[in-house]
Amino acid sequence: MKALVPIKRVVDYNVRIRVKGDGTGVDLNGVKMSVNPFDEIANEAALKLKEAGVISEVVVVTIGTAKAEDQLRSELARGADRGIHVVTDEEIQPLQAARILAELVKRENADVVIAGKQAIDDDNNQTPQMLATLLDWPQATFASDIKIDGGKATVQREIDAGAETLEVDLPAVISADLRLNEPRFIKLPDIMKAKRKPLDKVELSEFDIDVPKLEVVSTSNPPAREPGRMVKSVEELVAALKDKGLV
Amino acid sequence: MKSPYYTPEHDAFREQVRRFVESEITPHIQSWEDAGQIPRALYKRCAELGLLGIGYPETYGGTPVDDGFYPMIFVQELCRSGSGGIVAALGSLGIGLPPILALGSEALKQQIIPEVLAGEQIAALAITEPGGGSDVANLSCRAERDGDHYVVSGSKTFITQGMQADWFTVAVRTGGAGIGGISLLAINAASEGFSRTPLRKMGWHCSDTATLYFDQCRVPVNQLIGTENQGFLGIMRNFNNERLALAAQACGLAAVCIEESRRYAEERTTFGKPLSKHQVIRHKLVEMQGRYLAAQALLEQLTWRVDHGEVPIAELCMLKNFATATLEYIAGEAVQIHGGAGFMHGSTVERIFRETKVLSIGGGASEVMADLAARQMGL
Repeated sequence: MKALVPIKRVVDYNVRIRVKGDGTGVDLNGVKMSVNPFDEIANEAALKLKEAGVISEVVVVTIGTAKAEDQLRSELARGADRGIHVVTDEEIQPLQAARILAELVKRENADVVIAGKQAIDDDNNQTPQMLATLLDWPQATFASDIKIDGGKATVQREIDAGAETLEVDLPAVISADLRLNEPRFIKLPDIMKAKRKPLDKVELSEFDIDVPKLEVVSTSNPPAREPGRMVKSVEELVAALKDKGLV
Repeated sequence: MKSPYYTPEHDAFREQVRRFVESEITPHIQSWEDAGQIPRALYKRCAELGLLGIGYPETYGGTPVDDGFYPMIFVQELCRSGSGGIVAALGSLGIGLPPILALGSEALKQQIIPEVLAGEQIAALAITEPGGGSDVANLSCRAERDGDHYVVSGSKTFITQGMQADWFTVAVRTGGAGIGGISLLAINAASEGFSRTPLRKMGWHCSDTATLYFDQCRVPVNQLIGTENQGFLGIMRNFNNERLALAAQACGLAAVCIEESRRYAEERTTFGKPLSKHQVIRHKLVEMQGRYLAAQALLEQLTWRVDHGEVPIAELCMLKNFATATLEYIAGEAVQIHGGAGFMHGSTVERIFRETKVLSIGGGASEVMADLAARQMGL
């Protein structure tokens, strides 16, 4: 069974991002970039299934600039078998990413896609769902547990009311939530070996991604927080809240 | 920090070590400091992640790397736990093993190195004697040949990880006076006639330190490392890397002092504004950062030069002195910025302040470094 794991190069979660002066986006100059944390979890899940003998090959895929190879290598070091890098400087939106991934799934003849539920840069949470639709595959999103047996995947997913367990026929798209696992530490020998793992570069022009795009009108900082006010008693607090029409 | 020397693999390695240190070392540092040692299990855990065998051949369970930046990154990320003791403790094999790797017989290498790199056994280096430190040529611990054994008599002191180590690379006198009469022996702590006592010290509390006693200690001759009376060559092999590692530690700890001081200065309010808004404090932070950047830049440059086959002995001495003096300055200012909080036991800057002197003294005292550099410069 072959798993395809899409990963994205994003601003590191520790970075305090700054909005560009002209409001056209976020300043990425000199900012530390990392693998989207949900994608690390997805790859870890695929690797655990491989170690359990369920999956035979894990292929990691990224769509992005030449520098995104660093993130691809990082996931190869974690244990994926090979990588595919769709090289582009263009900003790729969820539907475009889903179309590229759908094409790669067909080329690779993959049996399951395990993806992060969303990327922490745009937080769209759309690509896995769109991909399942384009492939006409079942989907199980926000997985907190994955079991694969006999051509079916049993996925526990986090929902507002608690946990829900779904059974989907394979092939399927599964998206990983935060509590699915804790990604392993990548060992030094594996970092060194990852440099020699196969990595295919693919041109963006090979894909049909001519779809309507969303246009970002402006990007701005969240409004500054108003300073709070100290009250001396519960009565005063209730009065103040009533005064503001909040209770 | 960006630098022309770092590759994406270095960054990936740094990221993993940082995560490991944050989750499995930093939370325990104070309890290990109090206990006076690190748990043996930590060696095994580090071995699992490939952190003990950085740069060692695969045949002995190591991980060959492309350059000296990997060990430097490992040291500096360990420093982020706020303890130089952890570097000393995990680093004892870094001075104990190289003479064995370079000069030991294949059988001796197979006997010792794989188990140490697997975290099963601990290796340490024993050179310094109660009678003298940096003056290696005049050591007096004696080994006399008796059939298939050497009989070792004498003592060693200030031995890092001396209480926990299983294997010691020991410099002994097998011949006449001077450096031409020194040999290296691998001595197992279980040998008859071997004993040790712990030493208390100013800092590096989570790394134990010991005095070793050899009382007619019998060591099989096949545990001789290299050729008899040519042990000084083996000792010298450690020098360059040890100086780089100590400078890396000094810079790593300096960076932590600056980070802690900045955080404290931004949080602590005096006279109506944060400390960091008082000119006298903000200028301190600028001076600290500037000196740190200079030391780190020299460290990286010399790491690169050594990687490229140079042996810039004078510069390595200068680096060791500059980096350790820089840490002494920065740690002092860090405690000053923290005020009373910096004087309190258990604060990170207080711990590092107590660890500055060992770096200026160990691995070649500043005075010895200066003198060696002067001679290298032909003065």
